[in-house]
Amino acid sequence: MNWILVIEQLLNGAGYGLMLFLIAAGLTLVFGIMDVMNLSHGSLFMVGAYVAATVHVHSGSFAGAVLVAIAATVFVAALLEVTLMRRLYGRDHLAQVLATFGVILVADDAVKMAWGPSPVMAPTPALLAGPVELFAGLPYPSYRLVVLVAGVAVAGLLYLLVNHSRVGMLVRAGASDRWMAELMGVRVKRVFCGIFVLGAALAALAGALMGPIMAVQVGMGESILIPALVVIVIGGIGSVRGAFVAALLVGLVDTIGRAFLPILLRATLPPSVAADLGPLFAEVAMYALMAAVLSFRPAGLFSAKA
Amino acid sequence: MSASLTSYMPVGTAVPRWRGALLPLVLLAALAAFPLVAPALGLDFYVGFVRRVLVVALAAASLNLIMGFGGMVALGHAGFVGVGAYAVVVLSDAGTTSAWVVWGAAVVAAALVAALVGAISLRTQGVYFIMITLAFAQMLYFVFVSLRSYGGDDGYTLPMRPALGLGLDAMHEPTLYWVVLALVALVLWWLDRATASRFGAALAGIRDNETRMRALGYPVYLLQLAAFTLAGAMAGLAGALLATGNSFVSPSMMHWTQSATLIVMVVIGGLGRRWGGPLGAAVWLALEEALKLHTDYWHMPLGVLLIATALYAPKGLAALADLRARSKP
Repeated sequence: MNWILVIEQLLNGAGYGLMLFLIAAGLTLVFGIMDVMNLSHGSLFMVGAYVAATVHVHSGSFAGAVLVAIAATVFVAALLEVTLMRRLYGRDHLAQVLATFGVILVADDAVKMAWGPSPVMAPTPALLAGPVELFAGLPYPSYRLVVLVAGVAVAGLLYLLVNHSRVGMLVRAGASDRWMAELMGVRVKRVFCGIFVLGAALAALAGALMGPIMAVQVGMGESILIPALVVIVIGGIGSVRGAFVAALLVGLVDTIGRAFLPILLRATLPPSVAADLGPLFAEVAMYALMAAVLSFRPAGLFSAKA
Repeated sequence: MSASLTSYMPVGTAVPRWRGALLPLVLLAALAAFPLVAPALGLDFYVGFVRRVLVVALAAASLNLIMGFGGMVALGHAGFVGVGAYAVVVLSDAGTTSAWVVWGAAVVAAALVAALVGAISLRTQGVYFIMITLAFAQMLYFVFVSLRSYGGDDGYTLPMRPALGLGLDAMHEPTLYWVVLALVALVLWWLDRATASRFGAALAGIRDNETRMRALGYPVYLLQLAAFTLAGAMAGLAGALLATGNSFVSPSMMHWTQSATLIVMVVIGGLGRRWGGPLGAAVWLALEEALKLHTDYWHMPLGVLLIATALYAPKGLAALADLRARSKP
């Protein structure tokens, strides 16, 4: 086996995992604290990606584009929280699925109206277009490296915020027992509004960073939503730490499955069978991981509920 | 989850028996007459559309059995529809020509898959049940995406429709329409009987208070599994009928958004209501068709409708009948 390739794929997997974490962090807190099943979180990711791509093309500044994307998405999310999400607290999951699925339909069409139905080009920033030599014989695209570093940095900041700040304490209290936290005087609804907007900012950041790597198109929110949901279920709903571990797990399993399972199968099976099974196993690996985790720990790896 | 869905939903109806049967019979007669009058009205195109509505109504009704009557919110029902559809593809590809054999095999295949999925998923509850059914449907989706011998992502076009035999020509649109109508009516009638039976009452009991039903000695897990398997089998039949009618099957019909759409239909029609599934399917597909005629952006009004339903009419359209009944002296 070629070790350069293995390290490269490990880095890719970690990068994908970190982006998944950015999306899943907001989702798991919204879910854990207010018990709201929000399918429209992926749409916020999409909005972030579209705004970033457009601003980047027009202004030429990638950092500016990321900031504008976050600001725009935060605005959209705040609007969504005030007009819709607030009314969904305390409703059953079915009503939440229904309403937030409605938001997906509206968001997809709104994006299609504004940007057209075909995918939008999201260029890699010119400064980061080339590869860097990580160490002798291992060139790695510098943009992906920046994404990796950004993901680690944001995860670290989030860790500090959640585990070592007063706001974070309120958030954790809300996630582990909302009623008790309310009785102790925590304004859980206000905390939740903040969490929802913060989650949107993280999703937008992920969208802006992922844009140059994946296709910026209508429906990208729906396809990233499912892995993000898998992540929060594996990690334990409401746990940021769980989401982090699970996101890296899913990112690595998915990327490594995609890269190495076909090679492995080709070595052991007839080519026609391997050609069918390779992609299948790679796609299914993530769900198998979730089923396996749930069968041993039905509430996920790090459940926030005591 | 089950207890919080609704505290009370009627299983039977208080109206006299003959009145309960009148409306369905009139509707059945009207639907049966439709292909005869359609050419005169210039609505030929809509014979195929109504046939599709009938089939989707069947799928929605089967989901309503587990979701509305059983309290199990499953976000993977389109997976079973897909299994039924691909059973048609696999058997036709292998040279089977009889529609009845193909459809029967589709029902059995979907029932087996549903039993397996249900056996594992029903050990979890609430959000985890939603997620695990979704995960299984995604696995099924990717199984068919990767089967390149059956077209993979691009789907598979059936060279010809399976033969109906008995002197019926499947290529004749009205004939296929009538066969589909008869099958769907039969299954819906049977489903209605099942929900009004002791089995249906026990299922609703589990939905409303699982602990109490367990204490009363009901085999909760087995009853839920039976309902889940039944619903899967009916969804499989719907998939087989869709595949036969369209002569085309692709994995996109099992995408998770399709499962969500089925949930949406059931809720719009009326969760746990006798006609909830079919009503929701008819309203949703008719709106979709009408909106598509006028605009490319037909998702948006439907999305607004969903949000409004969730906020203001969570009991669905069928609940409007209650309001009317109450306003009468």
